[in-house]
Amino acid sequence: MSNIEITKNILTARFDAINPDSIDEYISHNGYSALKKSLLKTGEEIINDIKTSNLRGRGGAAFPTGIKMEAVLKAYGSPKYIICNADEGEPGNFKDRYLMEKDPHQIIEGIIICAYATDIKHGYIFIRGEYINAINIMRKALEQARVKGYLGDNILDSGYSFDIEIYTGAGSYVCGEEFALLVTIEGKPGRSTYKPPFPTTSGLYNKPTQINNVETFCNIPHIINMGGEEFSKIGTSSSTGTKLISLSGNIISPGLYEVELGTSIRDIINKLGNGIPNNRKIKMVQIGGASGPIIPENMLDIKLDTKEMKKLDLCFGSGAIIVMDDRIDVLDILKRITEFFHHESCGKCTPCREGLTQMLILLDRFTDGIATTNDLALLEILMETMNQASICGLGQAAPIATQKVLEYFREEFTNKICSTDS
Amino acid sequence: MNMLNIKINNKEIKVAKGTSILNAAKEVGINIPNLCYHPDQEVKANCRVCVVEVHGAKTLQASCATEVKEGMVIRTNTQKVRQARKVVIELLLANHDMDCTSCKKNNQCGLQEIAANIGVRESRFENVLEKQEIDTSSPAIERDPNKCIRCGRCIQMCTEVQGLAILDYVGRGGLVDIKPAFGMYLNNTACVACGQCSVVCPVAAITEKEDIEQVWEAINNPNKTVIVQTAPAVRVSLGEEFGMEPGKIVTGKLVASLRALGFDKIFDTDFTADLTIIEEGHELLKRLNEGGTLPMLTSCSPGWINFIEQYYPNLLPHLSSCKSPQQMFGALVKGYYAEKIGKSPEDIFSVSIMPCTAKKFEAKREEMSIDGKNFDVDVVLTTRELAKMLRQAGVDFNMIEEEKYDAPFGLSSGAGVIFGATGGVMEAALRTVYEVVTGKTLENLDFKAVRGLEGIKEAKIDLDGTIVKVAIVHSLSKAKKIMELIKEGKADYSFIEIMCCPGGCIGGGGQPFGGTDELRIKRINAIYEADKELPIRKSHENPAVNKLYKEFLIEPLGEKSHHLLHTKYVDRKK
Ligand SMILES: Cc1cc2nc3c(=O)[nH]c(=O)nc-3n(C[C@H](O)[C@H](O)[C@H](O)COP(=O)(O)O)c2cc1C
Ligand code: SF4
Ligand code: SF4
Ligand code: SF4
Ligand code: SF4
Ligand code: FES
Repeated sequence: MSNIEITKNILTARFDAINPDSIDEYISHNGYSALKKSLLKTGEEIINDIKTSNLRGRGGAAFPTGIKMEAVLKAYGSPKYIICNADEGEPGNFKDRYLMEKDPHQIIEGIIICAYATDIKHGYIFIRGEYINAINIMRKALEQARVKGYLGDNILDSGYSFDIEIYTGAGSYVCGEEFALLVTIEGKPGRSTYKPPFPTTSGLYNKPTQINNVETFCNIPHIINMGGEEFSKIGTSSSTGTKLISLSGNIISPGLYEVELGTSIRDIINKLGNGIPNNRKIKMVQIGGASGPIIPENMLDIKLDTKEMKKLDLCFGSGAIIVMDDRIDVLDILKRITEFFHHESCGKCTPCREGLTQMLILLDRFTDGIATTNDLALLEILMETMNQASICGLGQAAPIATQKVLEYFREEFTNKICSTDS
Repeated sequence: MNMLNIKINNKEIKVAKGTSILNAAKEVGINIPNLCYHPDQEVKANCRVCVVEVHGAKTLQASCATEVKEGMVIRTNTQKVRQARKVVIELLLANHDMDCTSCKKNNQCGLQEIAANIGVRESRFENVLEKQEIDTSSPAIERDPNKCIRCGRCIQMCTEVQGLAILDYVGRGGLVDIKPAFGMYLNNTACVACGQCSVVCPVAAITEKEDIEQVWEAINNPNKTVIVQTAPAVRVSLGEEFGMEPGKIVTGKLVASLRALGFDKIFDTDFTADLTIIEEGHELLKRLNEGGTLPMLTSCSPGWINFIEQYYPNLLPHLSSCKSPQQMFGALVKGYYAEKIGKSPEDIFSVSIMPCTAKKFEAKREEMSIDGKNFDVDVVLTTRELAKMLRQAGVDFNMIEEEKYDAPFGLSSGAGVIFGATGGVMEAALRTVYEVVTGKTLENLDFKAVRGLEGIKEAKIDLDGTIVKVAIVHSLSKAKKIMELIKEGKADYSFIEIMCCPGGCIGGGGQPFGGTDELRIKRINAIYEADKELPIRKSHENPAVNKLYKEFLIEPLGEKSHHLLHTKYVDRKK
């Protein structure tokens, strides 16, 4: 783990080196070579390679991609579908937009390879409606790929046919959650619905469906080209490959960075982000976007590594890092985060719908200086119930930032308690 | 069957694959509290009251939505579960008009029951309810958004079973409400007033419009003769309100308890059900012989009338012109019986006890009155409202001795009773039509499911050489299918029985809360039991009906019938 390179350009290697509107430039930069190789292999071989690479999903949950593909391949039912999740609603994240705007064919190639491996004929890219530029670029890229025979009937004379449609979500943050995304494509209001176990067995129109994040798909051509074994050497044993980091907040050089997994948060902030402006001190950092944990300055040496972070009940999620310096009002931030979720909740289940309203009331009691010890206890029980009993990840994760603040900065709350009633 | 080994609260059991944790727990005697779950509906899993701990799972699992797996270890009462359940109930109560003592559902409410059982007396959370107007626009249904817990059961009922989608989720996040689109008043929507939503609502958010007080006033008014009629389906469901076995036939107790409340005359709607059969049977024969509009559609279910008038007005000529038994009864009471007992219609107060909410709407139709003010049926009470009255009056339904209906409208045939179940009107009508035409007794009718059209059944009978094809459907999503067939000219039936509610009137929207398919089947069986027990089983053999024709109506479809027993319909397309 010692030789982790902070900057490692794999997914971003072609950024600004090629014109995203030109498929020829992509091809001349080794583009679609992985697809050609894949078409000579069986689905099992490709999936085995991806399993060997140890690639985990980049959409937040870090689920092993190879295992997901295997489940889809083995699932009974047809047709099967593949969906690229480009809804990117998590505040602080902008990596998927960059990937679409700067190297669209990398995504398309990844999707085609996966679809071929799991024998899928229909694909969707679900793009957040506000990403108008990305939508146009992806549309154009798909058309070019069709013209070149990478998409459509009988791809490169392999006998395999596959096409991709773009679906734009006018909806909300929760539409990025996979079940809500599925019902949205099915034409129903974007609400997380209860569906039987996983989309891999019962997804779109109740058919087996592979859903992956944009960045996850972008890794696929590289795994095919370098081989799963080689890929698995990048990063750490539990987190292989690189990660795109959307760095923002009180930072001198905000922006998108690709780092090798295993890099520490401190290195990202100091070496890539060039530290924080005005010689101020870091108060805390939120990792993974609004639904991610908040950690204090003295924990910044933690590395982007699933296993290591899990020990502390942390995760890097989709890879947003938001830096906050010592001027910030912690409770104000928590209220804003909670308001965001309150607005974005689909309102279907009790813990999330009613719980967020009550969280806001309780947080207000602290900022208004009228909170009691009972309020603190109630807030904690409430948040636990939201983690434990909400239907989807939104309600489950909405309290995490507040819970982590209570873990690492408890005095921010206890200082504001005005009475210790019983 | 594939059996799985699981462990619930340290008890090992085998349950069939596909069983939910909620149902598996019942097998070891554990009732997991639940609110959004309904055995006849798709799993919604949104209330989160039913969560349990499953070994190895990161979060608590909704037991209604989680199927058991081999080797699953489940615990239903850990501290974690108890805490979550409590918080969920407290959250619901904190956005609720919690005033149980003055609530229509007091003592019959799912939320209240769970709160009491799990020991939530008040919510620790601040009440955030923003009071909304109670929608009292409909003469049948009342919607109180301040009681709604957003479980979605009513939506599923209205959308899946009735095919109407009047109610839906509106808004999102903390602002989600369940209501008609654009927050319209129910009366301005194409709601058919079937009340099915109220049967499945676990709280007091959708109920019937309550008319009990008017009845008490009339009973206590010495100048009024208060007459009550009871629909066939009430006698097989009212017992449930008093803890009796579903499907218990309580006709005699029903009569006795009405008498105990102070009604002056207690009659049976079954009497006019028999009358309906005579009139409708002859109408069918007339249409068959004279080339009238076919298929003829039954007209005794007012929710169904509301449906065809609003959704398929072009097909109104298919509808039988017969009033529903309730309205035939009302018309006879005010237009015949009053005079017979030497009273003016104004001095008569006519009440009906119905399994139905749409009948409240029907009773208020202008054509169902003498002059637009004096209605043939003054007040319609649902089965539930009658039970409430009995409780108010302290009538011990379990104890009360059985009594008999009053003459002359207390006598009825088995044919009248089976009106209460799906297929009953058809069977009753064919018993009479067959005998009128062939002179022979109709043996058992054999209805077969129509292929590819789930929920539609058909049969053929031979009327002395003429083969007549008939069909029956219940619930409006099925009615819609048959209406489409008629529209396309593909329905080669002569006669179709259509009931608005699932299972027919025994599954009506005014029946005891919490109706399920299982319960409906028990009620249907009871109805046929009651039919068998009656000495007269054919409408045209009811001597009281025959006497009425002799003394007053003269003949079926005659002038008096036309005036009192038949009606017309209105195009109300919305
Ligand atoms: C509220 C919520 C929002 C989400 N939004 C996104 C999103 O915008 N993009 C995304 O890829 N995954 C999102 N996810 C995660 C998806 O549900 C799903 O896990 C992911 O698309 C799987 O892809 P992966 O295995 O490649 O990570 C979201 C999850 C939740 C709970
Ligand atoms: S957790 Fe929130 S967003 Fe998810 S289903 Fe429940 S209410 Fe909807
Ligand atoms: S709906 Fe239930 S809990 Fe609510 S006030 Fe009425 S009885 Fe009480
Ligand atoms: S009364 Fe019937 S039609 Fe009206 S909202 Fe309820 S279920 Fe729907
Ligand atoms: S009205 Fe009743 S059934 Fe409908 S969502 Fe509200 S509580 Fe549930
Ligand atoms: S009963 Fe299971 S979530 Fe509502």
